[in-house]
Amino acid sequence: MDLYAENILDHYRNPRNRGEGNGASMTGNEVNPSCGDELTVHLWIENGMLIKLEWEGTGCAISQAGMSILSEELIGKSVDEVLALKKDDVYALLGVPIGPRRYKCALLCLHTVKNAFAPQSWLKTVEIDGE
Amino acid sequence: MGLDITKIRQEFPILDNNTLVYLDSAATAQKPKIVLDAMNSYYCTSNANVHRGMHSLAEKATIAYEEARKAAAAFIGAAPQEIVFTRGCTESINLIAKSWGSANLRNNDVVALSLLEHHSNIVPWQQLSSEVKWIGIDDAGHVNMEGLDAILKEGNVKLISITGLSNVLGTMTPLQEIIQKAHNAGALVSVDAAQLIVHKKIDVKELDCDFFSFSGHKLYGPTGIGVLYAKQELLEAMPPFLGGGSMIGEVTTEGFTCADIPQKFEAGTPPITEAVGLCAAIDWLSQFDWTDIAKHEQALMTYAIEQLKSIEGLHLLSQLPIGCLSFTIPGIHPHDLTDMIGQKNICLRAGHHCTMPLHKHLGISASTRMSFAIYNTKDDIDRCIVAMNDAINTLTL
Ligand SMILES: Cc1ncc(COP(=O)(O)O)c(C=O)c1O
Repeated sequence: MDLYAENILDHYRNPRNRGEGNGASMTGNEVNPSCGDELTVHLWIENGMLIKLEWEGTGCAISQAGMSILSEELIGKSVDEVLALKKDDVYALLGVPIGPRRYKCALLCLHTVKNAFAPQSWLKTVEIDGE
Repeated sequence: MGLDITKIRQEFPILDNNTLVYLDSAATAQKPKIVLDAMNSYYCTSNANVHRGMHSLAEKATIAYEEARKAAAAFIGAAPQEIVFTRGCTESINLIAKSWGSANLRNNDVVALSLLEHHSNIVPWQQLSSEVKWIGIDDAGHVNMEGLDAILKEGNVKLISITGLSNVLGTMTPLQEIIQKAHNAGALVSVDAAQLIVHKKIDVKELDCDFFSFSGHKLYGPTGIGVLYAKQELLEAMPPFLGGGSMIGEVTTEGFTCADIPQKFEAGTPPITEAVGLCAAIDWLSQFDWTDIAKHEQALMTYAIEQLKSIEGLHLLSQLPIGCLSFTIPGIHPHDLTDMIGQKNICLRAGHHCTMPLHKHLGISASTRMSFAIYNTKDDIDRCIVAMNDAINTLTL
């Protein structure tokens, strides 16, 4: 199956939940120095629930579509559910084969979200399982 | 006389079925069959360790290895004892930094680099306690000679380490002029010739450079072997790099003495088969005339630039490139572009090409590079442009 499947291209061309995050509870960001992909995510948390999410960024179709797809999935989840997300969940959401060339692009969204919950280490990438 | 490209292509097994469009030779060149055969034949008939053993096979292996040294020396106008075999250009530059640099550079000394440099000609110098100063480039991608003058004037410059040909912009540096200026200011010059070596005839004595490094694998030879040339008196004065077998004169329980050059810098079993392969590559390339090669590659370059300019918004990163060119297209990430055309067996390189300071200077994080070798054709370029247009349409639809 093609990496550039219709759902990826659709989210890349028409990204969902883009925004500057004014008034957000927390913000996380992450860059992928080897390709220059960049994501910033803004989260609104209320009573342990993620009620709103906005994101900004530049980069390849996989990293940007990945964030867009993940954003739709995350809104309405509890913080615990968000923190429990694993890389395989992201691969499943994308639904396309992610090889060794592109896994960093695909997982950038998850790193960015997890970084938002670890502001002390926001310059450091928060480890996600088994990468 | 001109080159018979059809015949040349037939010598490259990987190009056999004509489905591959390989425009990434600046990363590594493809290998002609004669190089692969030479290495295979060496393993089948002459394999032994070099400089170790009295049996005739060891002698055969030693002769083959030393013949390769002579070939590499003759190829760049050096003497055989001035040629050190390394694992590649990266190791050659590290050898200079770790050996000559550690012995000769102090805290206030300056190593001048250009913004064009590959990480392998940056990091080894940053690992030393001496200072690094940067020679800028102009909008066309050429080194700023006034910037160089200014740095030399500030004093304390002990070394200029500079590429002969940018692996991103394809711009040549005026080596002759740089070397003269450096020497007048009492500085040495190390040339990173990883890219230059395959596009231009080099005579290190005429250039009068002090160090000169390149890899075998960009020169139609195998990976795992590189060359360091240094002037004899420099090599003689430099401390050894790695310690081990072959680099010693004598070892006692108290210490060791060094072998003569170049063995002093070749600790351990060297890449013997790779040296044989490099020798075959040099012989193979030397059958062609450098002016014919340049003419062929420049014709491809001119044609490629013409075709690329038909792509809306495409921005070329330099002017008058040689060997390779790089570009950006607004809204199209180089990784998407090269991944998509890669699915059609068309190879371009994307990313920062191991030149992050240059990309930062250009205000971009990544670019796409197209590079040319002796076996490329206009048809390669045509097929690449068609695939690029398809990819751009898919991404922007
Ligand atoms: C300009 C330049 N310098 C140095 C190198 C390093 O060569 P290698 O990786 O073969 O050691 C390269 C190749 O990538 C290069 O293009």
